[in-house]
Amino acid sequence: MIEIKNIKKSFGGTPVLKGVSATFESGKCNLIIGKSGSGKTVTLKCMVGLIEPDEGYILFDGRNTTEMDFTARKEVRKEIGMLFQGTALFDSLSVEANIKFPLDMFTKMTAEEKRDRVNFCLERVNLPNTNKKYPGELSGGMKKRVGIARAIVMNPKYLFCDEPNSGLDPKTSIVIDELIKEITQEYNITTVVNTHDMNSVMGIGDKVVFLHQGLKYWEGTHKEILKITDGELFDFIFASDFLKDLRLRAHFDDK
Amino acid sequence: MVRIFETFGEYITLMYRAFSKPEKAVMYWNETFRQAASIGVGSLPIIALVSTFIGAVSAVQFAYQFSSLNLVPMWWIGSVVRKAMILELAPTISALLLAGKVGSNIASELGTMRISEQIDAYEIMGVNTPAYLVGPKIAAAIFVVPMLVIIAVFLGIIGGWGAGVGGHFYTTAEYFKGVTDGFKSYDVVVMMVKSLLFGFIISSVSCYYGFTVEGGAVEIGESSTRAVVYSSIIVVIVNFVVAFLLL
Ligand SMILES: Nc1ncnc2c1ncn2[C@@H]1O[C@H](COP(=O)(O)OP(=O)(O)OP(=O)(O)O)[C@@H](O)[C@H]1O
Ligand SMILES: [Mg+2]
Repeated sequence: MIEIKNIKKSFGGTPVLKGVSATFESGKCNLIIGKSGSGKTVTLKCMVGLIEPDEGYILFDGRNTTEMDFTARKEVRKEIGMLFQGTALFDSLSVEANIKFPLDMFTKMTAEEKRDRVNFCLERVNLPNTNKKYPGELSGGMKKRVGIARAIVMNPKYLFCDEPNSGLDPKTSIVIDELIKEITQEYNITTVVNTHDMNSVMGIGDKVVFLHQGLKYWEGTHKEILKITDGELFDFIFASDFLKDLRLRAHFDDK
Repeated sequence: MVRIFETFGEYITLMYRAFSKPEKAVMYWNETFRQAASIGVGSLPIIALVSTFIGAVSAVQFAYQFSSLNLVPMWWIGSVVRKAMILELAPTISALLLAGKVGSNIASELGTMRISEQIDAYEIMGVNTPAYLVGPKIAAAIFVVPMLVIIAVFLGIIGGWGAGVGGHFYTTAEYFKGVTDGFKSYDVVVMMVKSLLFGFIISSVSCYYGFTVEGGAVEIGESSTRAVVYSSIIVVIVNFVVAFLLL
């Protein structure tokens, strides 16, 4: 479980987060949704420690990372996997070397154990036999999958995904979402996913946090979200007039 | 002015972190060797070409000056070429070439890694990124640059031999008599001091500019230009200071 308490962050005097608190549960896909520029990436980066929040703190199963020095934080980081918005694969390394890197750096596994683990992760994301390819030779969806494989190679307790399906076609998006959901449940990971894709919200949103103007505007499950009938969240979910129309008509038919 | 102190402070902090204790020594060794190979092999052809010609040109120029004076024997040229190559030409010219080639390379590589969040990805895994990404590059440069300079000295001397013998200024025997005559090992010490310093300057300044890029492709370009310009400037200043102090 991860708790964030009253996180505030400004850039050059412009507040982006104005005191966000939320709880992210283990074994569930916790979604952070919001318009582009609403601070989803900043929230995620504050949580993993790539950005220092101005105020507030973050608890990883009770451990306050905001007060930790580099060495203590490193221990928590070894339990974290992250899929970046642009995948951030190491482009000078092959797919295999990308996934193997944390094993090389932090474990005493033998070469065989490492190879098996890498192959297991590649199979887990449905990319067998891509070991020797380089990131530059992969499609966007394949890169995301390699990113997930790299994120899970150390058996993380916490998984962070920043827009895992941006730039993918709807079908591949669903495949990636399902993969994240399965892995989360299988290993009881606390997963936090940033997205503005309503398909993901409906597909994997065990818990949904809606950010708006630097604050947590709404919180609930993907089932509850459909009951929203007005306000900012309604405008966000039913972005097009077509959907709004459809939604209102369905609502009307219910009665 | 404040900006200069800020930059310097950031640079010192990065260097301090770059030489903190590695978490897994073997990974750092491998990375250092990889960097050393890439700097060394990548720069050898250009250094070889340039130093050979510099040696040749020096010989021709000294011959031109000596012949008009008619005061000293031509075989002295060997000795003058050797001294010039060791004390000044090989270290400085190699360093300036390397600042252009290796400096821009390092800065744009690290800059690209920064912008594409690869450095963040290492960071998230728990890697001490300055130690892993900067430390081995500096260690490799400190190791490789002196070797390149030594090669440059030898090739420069050979260049001088080729030019002089080709131009009938002196015979092979005369030239190498000059090359070995009055050899002082202290000159080599000065050369090594310069080479080590230059290796450190080029790699660390370029790492700093690459590591701290913010923005996008344009900023990567700017930072790699800065890496080349500032490391070249610092190289020529330090070159003067070392000459002043040690000669
Ligand atoms: N390093 C930074 N320096 C200055 N401003 C920043 C920085 N990072 C983010 N911001 C600002 O913070 C705001 C929120 O950005 P963020 O990247 O979190 O948005 P987002 O919700 O992830 O958007 P998207 O869905 O487009 O990815 C933006 O207005 C952005 O300009
Ligand atoms: Mg974002």
